[in-house]
Amino acid sequence: MSSILIIVFLPLLAAIIAGLGNKQLGMVPAKVITTGALFISCALSWPIFIGFLGGHAEASVTPVLDWVKSGNLDFTWALRVDTLTAVMLVVITSVSALVHLYSWGYMSEEPDQPRFFAYLSLFTFAMLMLVTADNLVQMFFGWEGVGLASYLLIGFWFKKPSANAAAMKAFVVNRVGDLGFMMGIFGTFLVFGTVSIPAILEAAPGMAGSTIGFLGGRFDTMTVLCILLFIGAMGKSAQLGLHTWLPDAMEGPTPVSALIHAATMVTAGVFMVCRLSPMFEVSPTALAMVTFVGAMTCIFAATVGTTQTDIKRVIAYSTCSQLGYMFFAAGVGAYGASMFHLFTHAFFKALLFLGAGSVIHAMHHEQDMRYYGGLRKSIPLTYWAMMMGTLAITGVGIVDVFGFAGFYSKDAILEAAYAKGTELGYFAFFLGIFAALLTSFYSWRLIFLTFFGKPRWEQSEHIQHAVHDAHGHDDHAHGHEEHAHAHHDEHSDGTAGYHPHESPLNMLIPLGVLSVGAVLAGSVFHHSFVSEGTGHFWKGSLIFAEHTIHAMHDVPLWVKWAPFAVMATGLLIAWYAYIKNTKFPAAFVDQFGFLYKFLLNKWYFDELYRAVFIVPAMWLGRVFWKVMDQGVIDRFGPNGAAWVVAQGSRAAAKLQSGYLYSYALVMLVGLVGAISWVIAQ
Amino acid sequence: MNGFPILSLMLLVPLVAAVACLVVPREQARSVALLATFVDFALGMVLWANYDIGGAQWQFTESAALFAGFSWKLGIDGIALMLIALTVFLMPVCIGASWLSIDKRQGEYYAAFLLMETLMIGVFAAQDLFLFYIMFEAGLIPMYLIIGVWGGADRIYASYKFFLYTLLGSVLMLIAMFWMVNEAGTTDIPTLMAYNFPAHAQTWLWLAFFASFAVKMPMWPVHTWLPDAHVQAPTGGSVILAGVLLKMGGYGFIRFSLPMFPEASAQFAPLIFGMSMAAVVITSLIALVQTDMKKLIAYSSVAHMAIVTVGLFAFNIQGLEGSMIVMLSHGLVAGALFLCVGVIYDRLHTREIDRYGGLSTNMPRYAIFFLLFTMASIGLPGTSGFVGEFLSLLGIYEMSSWVALVCTTGIILGAAYMLYLYRRVAYGEQKNADAAAMLDLDKREWAMMVPLAAVVLWMGVYPESFLAPMRKDIATLDARLAHAKPHGDADVKAGTGKPAAEEHSAHGGAH
Repeated sequence: MSSILIIVFLPLLAAIIAGLGNKQLGMVPAKVITTGALFISCALSWPIFIGFLGGHAEASVTPVLDWVKSGNLDFTWALRVDTLTAVMLVVITSVSALVHLYSWGYMSEEPDQPRFFAYLSLFTFAMLMLVTADNLVQMFFGWEGVGLASYLLIGFWFKKPSANAAAMKAFVVNRVGDLGFMMGIFGTFLVFGTVSIPAILEAAPGMAGSTIGFLGGRFDTMTVLCILLFIGAMGKSAQLGLHTWLPDAMEGPTPVSALIHAATMVTAGVFMVCRLSPMFEVSPTALAMVTFVGAMTCIFAATVGTTQTDIKRVIAYSTCSQLGYMFFAAGVGAYGASMFHLFTHAFFKALLFLGAGSVIHAMHHEQDMRYYGGLRKSIPLTYWAMMMGTLAITGVGIVDVFGFAGFYSKDAILEAAYAKGTELGYFAFFLGIFAALLTSFYSWRLIFLTFFGKPRWEQSEHIQHAVHDAHGHDDHAHGHEEHAHAHHDEHSDGTAGYHPHESPLNMLIPLGVLSVGAVLAGSVFHHSFVSEGTGHFWKGSLIFAEHTIHAMHDVPLWVKWAPFAVMATGLLIAWYAYIKNTKFPAAFVDQFGFLYKFLLNKWYFDELYRAVFIVPAMWLGRVFWKVMDQGVIDRFGPNGAAWVVAQGSRAAAKLQSGYLYSYALVMLVGLVGAISWVIAQ
Repeated sequence: MNGFPILSLMLLVPLVAAVACLVVPREQARSVALLATFVDFALGMVLWANYDIGGAQWQFTESAALFAGFSWKLGIDGIALMLIALTVFLMPVCIGASWLSIDKRQGEYYAAFLLMETLMIGVFAAQDLFLFYIMFEAGLIPMYLIIGVWGGADRIYASYKFFLYTLLGSVLMLIAMFWMVNEAGTTDIPTLMAYNFPAHAQTWLWLAFFASFAVKMPMWPVHTWLPDAHVQAPTGGSVILAGVLLKMGGYGFIRFSLPMFPEASAQFAPLIFGMSMAAVVITSLIALVQTDMKKLIAYSSVAHMAIVTVGLFAFNIQGLEGSMIVMLSHGLVAGALFLCVGVIYDRLHTREIDRYGGLSTNMPRYAIFFLLFTMASIGLPGTSGFVGEFLSLLGIYEMSSWVALVCTTGIILGAAYMLYLYRRVAYGEQKNADAAAMLDLDKREWAMMVPLAAVVLWMGVYPESFLAPMRKDIATLDARLAHAKPHGDADVKAGTGKPAAEEHSAHGGAH
């Protein structure tokens, strides 16, 4: 099983070579090395996954190096491979390899490409360390490593203030979650005396019912630990409350959004809960919290997604919402379904992001869907890829016949929530159903605004610039206004004379491969992930309760058909509002202005946090500095002492020049005292 | 190495070189200093290589009675070894940082540095109480001179403040030392470390030492000398101040307060926790609003040192080892950060953050190092900053979840102020033409950055190299503290083996 060493460390090696070699190395070698490394890792990962699919592979741990030994705390660098890891391995390496390839085209005009590819590979390494972790601390290493890579990639265009702000926000908000994660690790070590994941999971059931003192109160031990760890998961997976960084993270280049902020990193929280599922199973309270937070995030993000106009932000909120599904699936005990949705989501969401990137590429960096329209004919391949992604995310399919990827995984989650039979399960089910309606609506809205209708490109500044640059070299004398105006008159079709081009092959191939994933990932793998007797697939790498599967089969027929019904409804509303009667959205906004504003401003979370945390922190910092340090401590401390001495000697100047001597004098007196005392003994 | 007085030699080399610096032509003083610090570094590595891990507690001991019970007694354990290694490692870097930027009275400058090296190694190697005291207090004199003579515009005020604070503590500590020697009848530190002082005496002895160590650390609220001292000190001075001098307080706690006064340490642990928690939150918030780079890093040092103090008073192995690693790591990382500031200060002669911006464009290599040290300061796993912070906080969690929670907020605030600094310096548009014209690292700067970066990563990935020499000494200390150890607040009580909210899942129905 040494192939896992290559899978994990080859991307690191590539990142180091490309990063340090940078411009001396040259663009093409840097790209070949990083992309090549990822394709090798990917090629080595699939056999491992297939081995587990076949049921004959066994879990293994490959030790690498000692890390920390301190008293009874002992953890090492080691790579664990079991079914859960294998699933993540193929997701990470496949999407990463495709994103590397895609970036050849998407980033082709970028002068700083080696740095970009080095960051991408570094990210992949950290993510692989996270999913192969055999102890909580290595998981935290990967956790922070992906955070670093995310920070660097969001801020890749470091001259852009908004990108820098977004990068910093992502890191700091994640750190709030990390506070929980770290406290969770501390508590886990205190309770179990180890940070080894298998050892903890084995001992966890025995801790049921025990209590622990925490922050002055007394609570159920496992509830405290699981909630602390879950706070970490909430940060990384952008759950309600700690989600604010994810939409801003769209400042990064689009391939980054696809890889990190859709397919892999943001699912780390889900992975963590599934990996630690035997712990969570011991605490119904923590599971209830996971369910509640997941369901709330699911609906929150879906509502916001319906109003956004930036194509990437729509998909970002969609990601946030889909992560909510994964969490409440875990919360109701359907960890298999949760991982299944993670798996299918990785393909169709990466596809949607890369498709959006292709649209942005064609539209000369314009990201506002209000200035799209009618692109179906100009970029047909991108259109079809996006269609596949949308069919997958909205869950199109017919029960027992065939469906796109999301159909299997999302329906499994909804059925599991209903089958749970608790109030919270129904709560999650109904929010999930409503969110599915919204998902269908905003996804089709995106398709209709982008690819259908008439072009509305002429209003876009980006397009105007593009047209201007293409035409403008020979008539510099014209004023910009006049010039642009002239073009408007020439092209009454709304295109401003702009001709979008389909993306190059290196971008289309990843779209094609991911399209296949979006179409087939559900139907091919659902037997392995979520059906009766698949306990032998998971092999105890997560809690897989057969009775949950039975209950899912026994849900009423309307529950099975509800997702289809809401999907169709969402499609119909989107079709009516954006194709049939395009005045409808504006009329709706007029009617429900408050609601629209509330959603458009993302429930005012950013404003709230700014007022509650950022502004007071800065204010407190200034008060502590100016008032406490300088106004009190210095004033009555050293300055006060100086004043007293100065009053006494009435010669401040003398003090200032003579203090060294006085100090030396004190030293001398002390020494003489010491010596004479010793002698006197 | 039997019997060879390597520690005395390590003290002697910089001392002789210091004298030489005063007599050679002043352009050559820096070469003499560099050579001497390299020789001491080599000796330090010989020391490390020959240190017998797991062997005798005190190694390389030397003893020569001078007069009337006062003796030249040296010897090291693993803790002292690591701090000496840190000192000799950072000294050549300091000389390198001063190479071009010191243009007046070079002879005296390098002599002061070398004298300081002698005294700092002396602090960590001294086994006689009064020898320690002399080294401990005298070590500050060269620092006053470095700030007061070669410092910035407000150097007099800064060194005066530094002086006043440290004076306060040292007088009390000296008195306490007299009492202790009288009581125990010896000035031998190893003997004193095992001596059981009466509990009532421990209280005020502890406080007397605390007065000195808290200032050196520095702990909140006696920290206000540090930002001024750093701001005014030349780069080399800042590196050694952050790198080694701030470690003397922590060393004092681990060598004196804890082993000599275990009961009092337990008694005063809440005081330490309170001051440390205040430091983490308050100084981090202050760091957030700084516009002067050096002040920002100085305030961050106070916050990091607070993690050291909570770890030390966690009364367990993880806390103690974590604190030691934080000290070593902070020595490297804060030193490196001051070096990073020095690199651009040398070019633009300002510490104002706003005068920079967009340095990633014209100084990409510099930006990489700066990023690495920023991340190490934030405590990113894989760097030295994480290992120590993690162990210390894990240690303190065993004692008090409240203290752990408040101190762990440092990871959020630390990320905020460091990334905010990095963003303003390295990212953004190149809004200042003069900053945009600055050249990337030259060979000298490269040579200083690379070893620091390498050790920061080494300590992050394989800290065993640094933990192993200290393990036995920490275990000894932990055993000595065991009887005084306060109860933690976790107190896990075993349950029934069934989920607490059994009725919850029972009416789940699905079962």
